[in-house]
Amino acid sequence: MTGFVRRFLRLLAAAFRDLLPIALVITFFQLVVLQQPFPNIERVLIGVVFVAVGLTLFVRGLEMGLFPLGEAMADAFARKGSLTGLLTFAFALGFGATVAEPALIAVAAEGARAATEAKVIADDPDALTSYALHLRLTVAVSVGVALVIGVLRILKGWPIHYLIIGGYIVVMALTTMAPPEIVGIAYDSGGVTTSTITVPLVAALGVGLATVIRGRNPAIDGFGLIAFASLTPIMFVLVFGMVVGGR
Amino acid sequence: MEILRHTLNTLAATIVDVTPIITILLVFQVFFLRQKLPNARRIVVGFLYVVGGLALFLVGLEEALFPLGRTMAAQLTAPEFTGTARAAGADWRDYLWVYAFAAGVGFATTIAEPALIAVSLKARDISGGTIHVLGLRLAVAFGVAVGVALGTFRIVTGTPLPFYIIAVYVIVILQTYCSSKSIIPLAYDSGGVATSTVTVPVVTALGLGLATAIPGRSPLIDGFGLIAFACVFPIMSVMAYAWLTAWLLRLKGRSDREKPR
Repeated sequence: MTGFVRRFLRLLAAAFRDLLPIALVITFFQLVVLQQPFPNIERVLIGVVFVAVGLTLFVRGLEMGLFPLGEAMADAFARKGSLTGLLTFAFALGFGATVAEPALIAVAAEGARAATEAKVIADDPDALTSYALHLRLTVAVSVGVALVIGVLRILKGWPIHYLIIGGYIVVMALTTMAPPEIVGIAYDSGGVTTSTITVPLVAALGVGLATVIRGRNPAIDGFGLIAFASLTPIMFVLVFGMVVGGR
Repeated sequence: MEILRHTLNTLAATIVDVTPIITILLVFQVFFLRQKLPNARRIVVGFLYVVGGLALFLVGLEEALFPLGRTMAAQLTAPEFTGTARAAGADWRDYLWVYAFAAGVGFATTIAEPALIAVSLKARDISGGTIHVLGLRLAVAFGVAVGVALGTFRIVTGTPLPFYIIAVYVIVILQTYCSSKSIIPLAYDSGGVATSTVTVPVVTALGLGLATAIPGRSPLIDGFGLIAFACVFPIMSVMAYAWLTAWLLRLKGRSDREKPR
């Protein structure tokens, strides 16, 4: 029990250390640059304690739950030896983790409003909702595809930079063809797809696969799944903009 | 009591958010793999920690950090603070504090990003300790700081986003060819990892505030793109960090050759 408490306290101290830069930046700008007192300081302090305790629990839970789970499942899939099963799982995980992601819902709604501003779609609630939903589905499918490509890469041992650089070249080409109002949303959607729970799970899955499969080096082949998940949404959303914008 | 209600609501929302993931994991575990998980009880407890911890984390952010960050972003970009005369249009030099704030906030929120902590722990484990958790996180945070600051500069000057992104991609491609194979996947990953729970809301608020405050910018068109900057620059900074560590190791190896590395 004391071991548990000590470990918890050590993680809590680390969490406070992680929050120190935020406290410094906010204090500096509030007191020195804006020269204003802190509004309701007790609330801020309570919030900081919540953040620190939450971060502590999260990191502890990673090591107990998410990492072992990702690795155990990677191991089980490798032992089962079914490529279709593994790829279906990768697609489902990418799609399912993204489609309900709150950050993506927010960006899709903003994107729909930008589309009405650019007169791509009519300014009525139905058109807005439908545009936002299709944008979200597009991004979710793209993340599913990303994990499928990423898992295939780990299995085959393809070097990642050819795929990613090839992807960049496609993105650059698409950018010159896509309507301008979609470009910002497309680039941003690459960043919002990777949520706090998906990332550790996907990282553990990739590293687990690269560890289990003979001839793969986890240091070289284990990472990279998230990189695909931030690249394919850009491509898919640019194409979405070209299809819907239709210029 | 209000904070208690907020906590319960957030906890419920977090559970709803993770439901699709848990469903997929369970379906594949039960119907396809049909293997007993080792330490199943521990994994379930760990999952509960993750969900509960994330909910507390979000409540704290929404209580303390986000309102403050939004107010500060609005105040720093307001014409009264920057001294921009509305009719004269924006001069990029009026916004020096905004760039500084963007860099500071980008750095600080990235350090607190839980997903980045997770990936750094994994990177340390598989690299056998040659990649340091804090070093990697500092490198990523530095990249985000530079990216967000440059992104705000772009919104102020109104220069086209693709121009920057394409220039940055060219640099990333060149760096890739000079980097060691083992850092490339991690570097590519770090971009997506850096932009998560903490960074995205603060940075988005900053972009929208800036695009609203500057005459001639539309929040809906120009407000986007900051996340993209925050996403690309860590790739460069992580590859640079790996290069720097390798170089330092070589220096050290030269000074004490008899010691094993």
